[in-house]
Amino acid sequence: ITRVKINELKPLKPLSHGLSLLSQDENGVVLSLGSESQRVIVSARPFRLDIMEGRDVLMSLNSRGLLAFEQLRMRKDTSQVDPEEEEEKVEDGMWEETFKSHSDSKPNGPSAISLDFSLPGVEHVYGIPEHADTLRLKTTDNGDPYRLYNLDVFQYELYNPMALYGAVPVMLAHNAQRTTGIFWLNAAETWVDISSNTAGKTVFGKMLDYVQGSSETPQTDVRWISESGIIDVFIMLGPTPKDVFSQYASLTGTQSFPPEAAVGYHQCRWNYNDQEDVTSVDAGFDEHNIPYDYIWLDIEHTDGKRYFTWDPHKFATPKEMLQGLMDKKRKMVAIVDPHIKVDSNYKIHNEIRNRAFYIKNKDGGDYEGWCWPGSAGYPDFTRADMRDWWASMFAYDQYEGSMENLYTWNDMNEPSVFNGPEVTMHKDAVHGAWEHRDVHNLYGFYVQMATAQGLIRRSGGVERPFVLTRAFFAGSQRYGAVWTGDNAAEWDHLKISIPMCLSLGLVGISFCGADVGGFFKSPSTELLVRWYQTGAYQPFFRAHAHLDTPRREPWLFGPENTALIREAVRQRYTLLPYWYQQFYHSHRTGQPIMRPLWVEYPQDPATFALDDEFLIGKMAQDDKHFTFRKLILTCVPQVWFDVHTFQKHNGAQNLYIPVTISSIPVFQRGGSIIPRKSRVRRSSTCMMQDPYTLYVALNPQRTAEGELYIDDGHTFNYEKKEFIHRKLFFANNMLSSENLAPDAQFSTRSWFERIVILGASKPSKVTLKTADGQESQLEFDFDASMSVLTLRKPSMNAGLDWNVMLQ
Amino acid sequence: IMMSCQYLLLLLLSVGVSAVEVQRPRGVPLSKRQFYEEGNPFTCLDGSRTIPFDRVNDDYCDCQDGSDEPGTAACPNGSFHCTNAGFRPGFIPSSRINDGICDCCDTTDEYNSGAACQNTCREMGRKERESMQKMAEIAKEGFMLKQQLIQESKRGLEDKKAKHADIEVSKNELEKTVEALRTVKETAEQPEKEAKERHLKAWEDQKALIQMEKDKARMAEVFLELDDDGLLGGVDQVDSVAFESIWHVIKEKYISEAIPEPPAPVETPPEEIREPESDNDSELYPEEDIPDEEEDDEEEDEDDDTDDGDFKVSPLGFSIKLMLDDSHNFFLVSHCYLSSICRALLRRRPKKRRMTMMRGLCRPTTKKRRASLMVTRDAFEEAEKALREVDDQIKNLEKEISFDFGPTAEFAYLYSQCYELTTSEYIYRLCPFNRVSQKPKFGGSETNLGSWGQWAGPEDNIYSVMKYDHGTGCWQGPNRSTTIKVTCGKETVLVSTSEPSRCEYLMEFISPAVCQEPSTLDSALHDHTEL
Repeated sequence: ITRVKINELKPLKPLSHGLSLLSQDENGVVLSLGSESQRVIVSARPFRLDIMEGRDVLMSLNSRGLLAFEQLRMRKDTSQVDPEEEEEKVEDGMWEETFKSHSDSKPNGPSAISLDFSLPGVEHVYGIPEHADTLRLKTTDNGDPYRLYNLDVFQYELYNPMALYGAVPVMLAHNAQRTTGIFWLNAAETWVDISSNTAGKTVFGKMLDYVQGSSETPQTDVRWISESGIIDVFIMLGPTPKDVFSQYASLTGTQSFPPEAAVGYHQCRWNYNDQEDVTSVDAGFDEHNIPYDYIWLDIEHTDGKRYFTWDPHKFATPKEMLQGLMDKKRKMVAIVDPHIKVDSNYKIHNEIRNRAFYIKNKDGGDYEGWCWPGSAGYPDFTRADMRDWWASMFAYDQYEGSMENLYTWNDMNEPSVFNGPEVTMHKDAVHGAWEHRDVHNLYGFYVQMATAQGLIRRSGGVERPFVLTRAFFAGSQRYGAVWTGDNAAEWDHLKISIPMCLSLGLVGISFCGADVGGFFKSPSTELLVRWYQTGAYQPFFRAHAHLDTPRREPWLFGPENTALIREAVRQRYTLLPYWYQQFYHSHRTGQPIMRPLWVEYPQDPATFALDDEFLIGKMAQDDKHFTFRKLILTCVPQVWFDVHTFQKHNGAQNLYIPVTISSIPVFQRGGSIIPRKSRVRRSSTCMMQDPYTLYVALNPQRTAEGELYIDDGHTFNYEKKEFIHRKLFFANNMLSSENLAPDAQFSTRSWFERIVILGASKPSKVTLKTADGQESQLEFDFDASMSVLTLRKPSMNAGLDWNVMLQ
Repeated sequence: IMMSCQYLLLLLLSVGVSAVEVQRPRGVPLSKRQFYEEGNPFTCLDGSRTIPFDRVNDDYCDCQDGSDEPGTAACPNGSFHCTNAGFRPGFIPSSRINDGICDCCDTTDEYNSGAACQNTCREMGRKERESMQKMAEIAKEGFMLKQQLIQESKRGLEDKKAKHADIEVSKNELEKTVEALRTVKETAEQPEKEAKERHLKAWEDQKALIQMEKDKARMAEVFLELDDDGLLGGVDQVDSVAFESIWHVIKEKYISEAIPEPPAPVETPPEEIREPESDNDSELYPEEDIPDEEEDDEEEDEDDDTDDGDFKVSPLGFSIKLMLDDSHNFFLVSHCYLSSICRALLRRRPKKRRMTMMRGLCRPTTKKRRASLMVTRDAFEEAEKALREVDDQIKNLEKEISFDFGPTAEFAYLYSQCYELTTSEYIYRLCPFNRVSQKPKFGGSETNLGSWGQWAGPEDNIYSVMKYDHGTGCWQGPNRSTTIKVTCGKETVLVSTSEPSRCEYLMEFISPAVCQEPSTLDSALHDHTEL
């Protein structure tokens, strides 16, 4: 990683939290970048940085000379200014800007920073979420740059660089040789311009260039612009995608490890009307035999949009309700938004006001804006003491009616201000030494951070929190899940959910999902079914609906559709062990859970722009059927097994597979071992002790490997080495389980009830050898037509060493 | 007393059964016991394969249909039978076996999970029997009420049909009346029409005269205008007769610079035309002429007011007998005073005119043609109106007669009734077969939650649900609609309301009209206690 930091020599006020200085030499220097062949050449005039590996330029900074740094300055009317510096022409909007009826007082004048990056040899860049756009970023020559400015967007448009709810200023660049990344650490409004010398060239044009040998090297040029702050850039040099992920994770952290239940299915609606409604929806899931783990309450559950309270009529006895859910091993999420009703009879408001924790307006009073409760104040979450106090509000004796199975949802934390410019906060609002313009994109990040701390603290640091946020920033992965905001019940919104979550995964935020069914409008039954089938294979799986839409609980569309939705949700639950292990892996390594194909096939250019199929770890989900009703399995050089039929498909070809409304095209990669629990119960917690089935998919070399991770599913005890982590390995006709964490301790009642080997040949006998040296013969079934070998009831405990020999 | 004895008997019987319980694998109902014979190979119930008996309930799913694991959670599609002695036996999905949650009241589903379940079957059975007994009693009484309702609606229907026939008759009469009145009116209008024509002719003549005078004056003006230099020697010097002859030729073409033609005189409205009176006695009767009748009239009005509150023409309550006298004036026979149409005719006029009309109607006189004409017109219009009203009534009656009030018209009594329910915020109003509405408790306008749509229950019981739709539209949403679930009870009352999804209301309504014959319930009760 290389960090480049450019600051003012004598800034009027600190432009960033104090960090290290960059050493440099006036004549230009060459600096070593750790590994021998990597170095950076710093040229002074004109200023330019070139990052090299061997003879190759990996990246150049300011090669186009777009470096800009507008200094902060004092208002002329408030200070004595050196007349010699009075050269600059005053333009409109420099000292005050108006937008519609809003004005920005700009106390330090116009400020902006900018820097350009050239990426030789690169044609594909990704990241900088959140945008409703394709996975591969487009060039912006003919339109607006990609904008990063957290906003509460009403009915957002697709395939558009407009800013949405969250911002992660991280871009990945990839070609067949190398993956690199740029992390532009800045929380102010940011714009990213992308241009490319090959953009607009047709495939034929590129071929012609190639044949004629006349082509210049393809190159992508990127320019970052932010409204305030300093230039502070981290450059991740890869070289593999996995290296970039871990380099970035070393800067901002990895995905938080959620409670296992949060990986299950979530049932949400704005709003479940009252306790009776909650009870009947809960009963509906049992009646229709569909599992779920969390039922959600939106803003209407509160007493007049006062968060941390309950409507006294509709939710008069919340603990009774929560206990009812707990009796069924289920949980609830209630919303807590950061806008606080200005009401002197409201404890939370009074405390925040008395402690002077509210964000201030430019004139020094408490900033007030309109949101759900009417007039509202906005706590200054950038203050550590404020976050500490906020966290304390989640204590069971503070948050009345809360219990250990109540979790939290932070919405509207961009922050949303209904009567503010672009429905957010005025940029000249004041956070202590900072203006809101400097920290805007960090606000939602801090809200979720404080909330997650609250949930951890209420259990004495024992229980893992679960917090969903709409706004986010680089590092938000450490505090919970995000969703793609207020989407709509349209086919294109279903389609865009894939690149949106893939883009988030690339920049560390793996726990991502979209509102299943679509938030605005009402989905057709087919769309709803398809959305469940897709959502079941995305990391955060929650159905949600707008207040004005008709009810859409899974059983309201006739028995056939109920069955289709039940099947999709059940598939999710059978795969929970795999999902959970993926979360653990992501938590440990920073690798994304939901991956674009190019991450696993970095040398195959055919995968670089694919965003209608994706991988979960090593499994593939394909969504082309939503548009074509036919599946095209793209040319990755592997063997793939249909997880439902066990049909084997050879890779390195485009495959057309017809699909029906009941088929979800999901494939297991040859060479992988995936643990499942086939006994789907009413919630994930009910399945804790259940046995596993192993699906061993052999590659042409007749090997396979996978992992199994088990812990208690909800505490931080895994940090105290209380877990089971095993490597499952198949080679030389032997499947074995090896301990990946010999120093860890955990015991489970779970056992292996079945082992299914795909792509197998028929053995004459199968022998199980357990840790105590005992050998026994296993019964088996062999399906010759599909080459599927099923071993019956090997019964060994999931936490122990064993091997199974095929002879 | 009879019923509880029966239960006691059944309970004893059930205890007897459990005492000699037949051995069978866990989770198998008695009815399927013969398929699971200890020691014999087990064939999956779908016949797909046969396995050794020790693989039944061995916690591994061998059968596609899940039938080999009735007592474990091994098969994803299996089901587990709880005996629930003391309560109702039942099946649960086998995924609920040993999941730590008590599902069967006899605790048999949690035999290996450590869950501390209490056997609640007796208690549940008792409660269920109590509530079913209560329901049965309600149903019994409700069903009796329902029989009454059926009888009433039968009678009501007959009444309505009779009424319909009657109205049809009076409609015919009324039509004749209207036609007769029309003739009378047109006849009576004849002299007025003639007078009007006379007057119009006079007016035209007068206009022509005026025009001639104006022409003359203008000619003089023009002459002066043309002779502005006085060469012609002024008016006095000119041969005005000669000019007059020229003037006739040029007057159409000559455009004067002088003031344009004066506007035509505003036409006098015909009402204001003084109609030549054939007699000089234009004075109307002074009011004190008929003090008694006035009082009578007032009294009758008051009676009406106390009777119906709001006046409505009762189609059966009147009959207009029309008589024409020699001079083609008409009068109504005296008993029309007492008929509602007559009263209506009188009441709807201001007092003074009412008096006039009364005289016109009830004391016809040949002396006052003018007054009688007015009366004639009024009577015609009123009769026409009455005819329209009768038509409406016929339509309403026909609608009501053809309405689907259930298989035995047991819901007919709800027609034109309304039922209210007050919540903390709103007053909900259900007018069956008409509409549902909502009104804020503390002022504000009423919102239509839907108009009568159709019966919308499940196929086997379509009269259990009413659907009202096309109510007031919602912002960015559908039109409001309401579903009414009707359940059996002795009273007719709206018991609850909710809005499960925005603008889609759900109400619970109790009515004896849906009560089932108690015998069917009895047998259901009987089934439930049987083990």
